[in-house]
Amino acid sequence: MPITYTSGEQLEVYRFSLPVTVGVPLLALFLQAFLPRRFPGFAVYLDLPLLVTIYFAMARRNPISGLFTGAVIGLLQDMLGHNPIGIYGIAKTVVGYLASSLGVKLDVENAGARFLLTLGFYFIHSAVWFTVARGMVSLTQNWSWSRGLLAGLANAFLGVILYFFLDKFKQRA
Amino acid sequence: MESVLGRYRNLVILVGVLFLQVLGLAVQVKRSSDTENTRLIRVWAVDLVTPFERVLIWAQNGSGNLWHSYVYLRGVRAENRQLKDQIEQLRLEQVRLNEDAVQAHRLQALLAFKEQYISRTVAAQVIGSSGSDSSRMLYIDKGENQGLKRDMAVITADGIVGKVLQVFPSVSQVLLINDQSSGVGTILEKSRLQGFLKGTATGEVVLEGVMSDEQVAPGERVLTSGGDQIFPKGLPVGTVTKVGAGKDLFLNIQIKPAVNLGKLEEVLVVVERQERQAQTADVGRVRAADILAQRLPSVPDKPVAATNTPTTVPAGTVVAPKQVAPKLAPTSAETVAKQPVKSSSGSLVAGSKPGSAAATQPKPSTTPTVPGPAKVDPAKVDPATANSQDSPH
Repeated sequence: MPITYTSGEQLEVYRFSLPVTVGVPLLALFLQAFLPRRFPGFAVYLDLPLLVTIYFAMARRNPISGLFTGAVIGLLQDMLGHNPIGIYGIAKTVVGYLASSLGVKLDVENAGARFLLTLGFYFIHSAVWFTVARGMVSLTQNWSWSRGLLAGLANAFLGVILYFFLDKFKQRA
Repeated sequence: MESVLGRYRNLVILVGVLFLQVLGLAVQVKRSSDTENTRLIRVWAVDLVTPFERVLIWAQNGSGNLWHSYVYLRGVRAENRQLKDQIEQLRLEQVRLNEDAVQAHRLQALLAFKEQYISRTVAAQVIGSSGSDSSRMLYIDKGENQGLKRDMAVITADGIVGKVLQVFPSVSQVLLINDQSSGVGTILEKSRLQGFLKGTATGEVVLEGVMSDEQVAPGERVLTSGGDQIFPKGLPVGTVTKVGAGKDLFLNIQIKPAVNLGKLEEVLVVVERQERQAQTADVGRVRAADILAQRLPSVPDKPVAATNTPTTVPAGTVVAPKQVAPKLAPTSAETVAKQPVKSSSGSLVAGSKPGSAAATQPKPSTTPTVPGPAKVDPAKVDPATANSQDSPH
């Protein structure tokens, strides 16, 4: 599926109600913390807060709003762990900014484009995360290409389904 | 200048937000690796997420109990029969183990061992995780209000789980033993080699600090050594699965944890430990030869009724009927000592000297407290704070 380049005038900009804006990221964080209790591999392969960040950033098409959405979700995700706060925050800030910047220029409404973009953003997120974790916090993390690719595909696939459901909550700005 | 800032407004804000986060990160790293600095803001996140987790766990357990207790009872009769058989077998085994435990207690008393007892535990339910592969930890539904503190050991009936990392009013974080920032002092059961257990980035557990010229075999059990001052000595940690050459003259030993860390539902937090010396008064002056004598096969005694009146011995005295060490030429005093004496419970005691502890000193209970490295008494699980009486024990 091609990613079409569209002019700014043709693109729809969406907004979300306050309950959705607050509730969906919180639900994503809750599920991310709760589901590994039943499915231990969940946290290894899936990152629901990342998918929510990408979705809101692409739908709003506003880089500032995108980067703040990413920062808040990422920092909250950091707070649930025991590592220093800011690693996920930085990674998701970058993703939020890039997703909303790309959303301004590209048509990100179709499933194929969403799949490829989510896959790409997953790798960007991982790259920033690893850089910060190793460079600043000295966390020893091993990157596995096979596992990274599998996780990227899993996130992209889940992302397409999730975005389809979240589309029902968006309103034209 | 203004036009440049206006033109690159988004980029400037991005750089600003990133800079602030990097600064915050640097401050945390610089101060210490201790998470106490960020405790307050972590409380916010925990308070946002954990109430939902508690409600969901409560609903899940409620519906599960209803189904399994009242509806789905298939195979219960067969299971009941099987469990009864198992109880019979365990009773037989318990008799044997009790004897061994009493023996061990006396030997420890002779050596003046200091023992650690787990005197109180709090049962807690696992309600969530960090949700991140890089931070292997759990959330449990007990906190400061239930007496939990930092660095308390978290265990199950199968072995150790981790330690309490942060405590909030009604929730606590537990750092799992497979997290790369965790460390546990351990000892190999057979070879008695000591090392420290660490988690790896991939979630595996390795034993470090064992020199490469030592012999470690796969399958050997690993226990806590007590050296970390967190876990009591002697708790199961796991089993050696793979041994290979490691870095700098050390072995690379992979361990399979005794507990399935991915599927924990309930845990016990050790909130109180006691370290006390074995009570030598319980056994008095018991010679190693006496202890050994009880273990050796013996010649059956002659009928005693005609020669001696049975002496009364308090209940609980270690009794070894028909186990008298063979002696070649007993003295007169020994002859008296070898005559069986009767305990208050009617048991015959052999080999007790008239003035010895076995004959004169009362034993406090018929089932003596079994000393040993880190015993968990299920009866001591705090019922007030426990979720239910159905602890993992």
